[in-house]
Parts: sequence; structure tokens; C-alpha cells
Amino acid sequence: MECNECKKRPATLHFTQIINGQKTEIQVCELCAKKKGYMNNSEESYSLHDLLTGLFNFSSSQIELQNDDLFAQIEELECSKCKMTFNDFQRIGKFGCANCYDAFKVKLDSIFRRVHSGNTKHHGKIPKRKGGKLHTKKELELYRIELQQLIEQEEFEQAAIVRDKIRKLEHKKEDGRS
Amino acid sequence: MSLEQFMNDAISPWMRETGPENDIVLSTRIRLARNFQDEIFPIIADEKDLMKINHFFKQNYEHASFRQYEDLELIDIHHLSHIEKRVLVEKHLISPYLTKARSAAALVSKNEQVSVMINEEDHIRVQLYFPGFQLTTALKEAFLFDDWLEENIDYAFDEEKGYLTSCPTNVGTGMRASVMIHLPALVLTKRINRMIPAINQLGFVVRGIYGEGSEALGNIFQISNQMTLGKSEEDIVQDLQSIVVKLVEQERDARERLVQHSSIRLENQIFRSFGILQHSRIMESSEAATRISNVRLGIDLGIIENISHRILNELMVLTQPGFLQHYANKILTASERDILRATLIRERLTLEQ
Repeated sequence: MECNECKKRPATLHFTQIINGQKTEIQVCELCAKKKGYMNNSEESYSLHDLLTGLFNFSSSQIELQNDDLFAQIEELECSKCKMTFNDFQRIGKFGCANCYDAFKVKLDSIFRRVHSGNTKHHGKIPKRKGGKLHTKKELELYRIELQQLIEQEEFEQAAIVRDKIRKLEHKKEDGRS
Repeated sequence: MSLEQFMNDAISPWMRETGPENDIVLSTRIRLARNFQDEIFPIIADEKDLMKINHFFKQNYEHASFRQYEDLELIDIHHLSHIEKRVLVEKHLISPYLTKARSAAALVSKNEQVSVMINEEDHIRVQLYFPGFQLTTALKEAFLFDDWLEENIDYAFDEEKGYLTSCPTNVGTGMRASVMIHLPALVLTKRINRMIPAINQLGFVVRGIYGEGSEALGNIFQISNQMTLGKSEEDIVQDLQSIVVKLVEQERDARERLVQHSSIRLENQIFRSFGILQHSRIMESSEAATRISNVRLGIDLGIIENISHRILNELMVLTQPGFLQHYANKILTASERDILRATLIRERLTLEQ
């Protein structure tokens, strides 16, 4: 069910209002509820879920208290594939699809740093089939480091062997492309 | 069903084999989280997308075999009864989360060493179990199995961020390496309290036997990596390896000291536990866990003879609520379970003699 106010986000809050015996039901999202004053910010309780999502959500209270312009700006980050917004992501703490990583890219490194002891880059396994080109790239990187070390140690004979290996790999890469 | 036959059902074939350091390290597990590149992740996918993934596995992998992981069986979770689900959880073949997930399935090898959870938090969660302390082998095998799956699946992978997962805490390697370890002497001497914070500082988590939020029942701890981004799988496994080596060393040292300095008190505690297990008529699960742990320590130290040390692994699984109800073949109340638990333990111990 979508929010009655913005017609964009899913409604997460459901109110029943009775004025002069007239019953109206209101379905809104959290953001609109706050904007329209259905919810009082100061009385919000701090749930365990807030605590958990707080891990990814570096400044949830800050963001929520700031003006509407900023809301608009943050809301613009939306995944084109699964339609998850960055706000949704902060609330749930989970990505909706692989494309979300691209869509929220600018915001993610600070989160990864917090969760993974300061790291933002993968240094592990590469898929065997799909990562074909990446394997060559990684191999080339390793050879170049080795070459540099050999030159520094003045082991030129060894260095020449490694240099030939690099050339061969580079040829293979170009052949693969053409 | 006879108790012996029931036990054969309950204990996964791989658990019956022994592994390195088996007296202290019960098992080693590697879990890899993977997703399809072009599919919406299960948490927000609709039923149709989820069924597509479920069917993909049914078509491509049902009854398939890879290496020693033969005849993969596809289990549709929503076809299972409440008790059957619990039994799979207690055997660690599926997670509690999977029992509640939509269109969920599990692909389990005949020896129950591999289980692939489908439509859990991620599309694919591969788990491999090994008896004893075998991190390097487990990682090697997990990689081979992963490559085998990848032959037919386009994984969500990014050059910079690695394997893309639904939760940011799994991105990168998508790997959780863990070791199940029995540390009665470190608990008894309270040394474990000083070691846990040190392990945490190295980026590893110490938990109870049933994962997140569970307490260390029966002095069994699970140690696993927390970080998945920035370090290679080999490095993570290497770090875990050295932590566990240290823990095993410390545990052996603590055991030796206990035998030297308070041998009669230790014997007293072990034999009392043994007696209670042999004669009780009502047994709660937490008490059972502690008593079984004591008896296992007694077996390891040669204080109790003629009983196989496998008994701890077996009884820990057999006395779980799901298994008890599976054995009784009906839903039991907590107090009925306590009575059946006591009976089962008594019978199991007589089988040994």
C-alpha cells in the first residue's frame, strides 16, 4: 500500500482518526507522518531495531531533524532496478538487489568502513568463470610488483623472465579483446 | 523406531568420522553467501521471482553430485512440518531464518556435509561441514563447490566490492568461517573470560552453539570471523586458525593443571554428572548440556573408560527439543520433553555398556 501523502513510498503507519463521529483511515509513510505532525519526534522511543540500523545509519537523528531540502536530496538516491531508496536501505539495513551497490555508491564507503574495520575494497576470491579477465588483471598486478622487487634487488636475469611473462599476458589480454 | 535407528537418522554421516584435534574441536564450517546478478534479493523480491530461483535449483541440481557430495536432495521448506523444520535447524542444515523465509528450499548432499540454502537472506548460502579442525581443507572444498555452482550461475560480483550480498556485513568474500569448540577446562578455571575480549579485538566473534544470541550451552563455543571486506579468505582462515590453535593449547594446559592440582574434585564433578545422566528421570536441556560436557571431559581425560567420545556430539543433537519430538512423533510440552530427554540419555548410556 502506498503512502496517502507522497504516493511514492510504502505506507508504514496506519492511523484511524475519529472527528465528530466521522471515521477516516490514514495510511502514510514515516517521513510524511513526521512532516504532517502525525508523529511527535520527541516522544519517539528508541527501539532495538533503531539501535541495529544505527550501525549503518550514521546520522539518522541528524538527518531527520534537518530541513526538507536535505530530505529531497537524500531521497533522490533510488535504485533504478528494485526501487529501493537510500532511506529504505538505512531503515532495513539490507540491499534490495546487486544494483543498489551502484545506486548508493557515494554513501556506502563510510558504512563499509564502519562495519569492516576501515576496509572498502575486496581482496579475495574472484569468480572462476565470470572473472576471467579479472584473473589476468590480478596476475599482471602481482607480476609487476615482483618485477619491481627484482629490479631493486638487481636480479636482472630473473627480472627479464618476469618481464616476458607480463608481455605474454598483455598480448593475451589484447587478443581476447579484438 | 528403535533408539539406534533413530540415532542413525539424527547424526549426520560426516559427524561420525573423526577429524584432527577432535577431542576439543568438534567441527569446522565454511559458509559462502552468493546472489544472482540480475535477480532482486529475497527480502524484497516477489513470490514469482523467488519461485524462479527455487525452480532453477530444482531443475539444475536436484540429485546432482559433485565430488563426495552425492545425490543432492532438494527440500522445499514449506512442505515440512514444524518438527521437521526444527530437526533440520538442530542438525545445522538450515538456519532458523530459512524456516520462515518465502519460497525457501535447501539442497542437501547425502552425507549432509553440504547444504545450500536457497532464498535465505541471500539467494544462495552454501555451507560445508567438516569433523574436527580442518579449516584449510574446508576452504579448499568450499571454493571448488562454489566454482561448480558458478558454472551455471552469474554471480553478483563487483571488481571493487567483491561478492554482493543483501546485508552490508557480508559483502566482499561473503564468507563466514567458523569452528565449534568444546572448552570445559577454560570455563571451569574462568580463563575463557579473559580470552573472549582478546578474540573480539582480532575481529572474531565468540558465540554459543546455535549461533547469534545463543549462550554457550555445554561449554561449546562457536568462533567465527566478523569482517568480510578487505582481507582474503585465505588470510581470514589463517587468522582463525591461529586463534583456535591457541585456544586448543590453552584448553589442554588448563586440563593438565586441573588434573595435577585438583584431581579428586575434578573426578568428583565428572562422576557426579555421569551418575546424574545415568539415573535421572527428569532432565532440562541446559542441565543436560552441562552434564554431558562434564562426562565428555571425563572421557577425554581417561577418567571415564569404555564410552566413546562421540557421545557428546550425539547427545547434544539428540536432546534438542525438535529431535525429542521427532522421536516421540508428536508435539510435546516442555515437561514431557524433560522426561523423554532423561529417558533417552539413560538408554543411550546403556547402549555403550
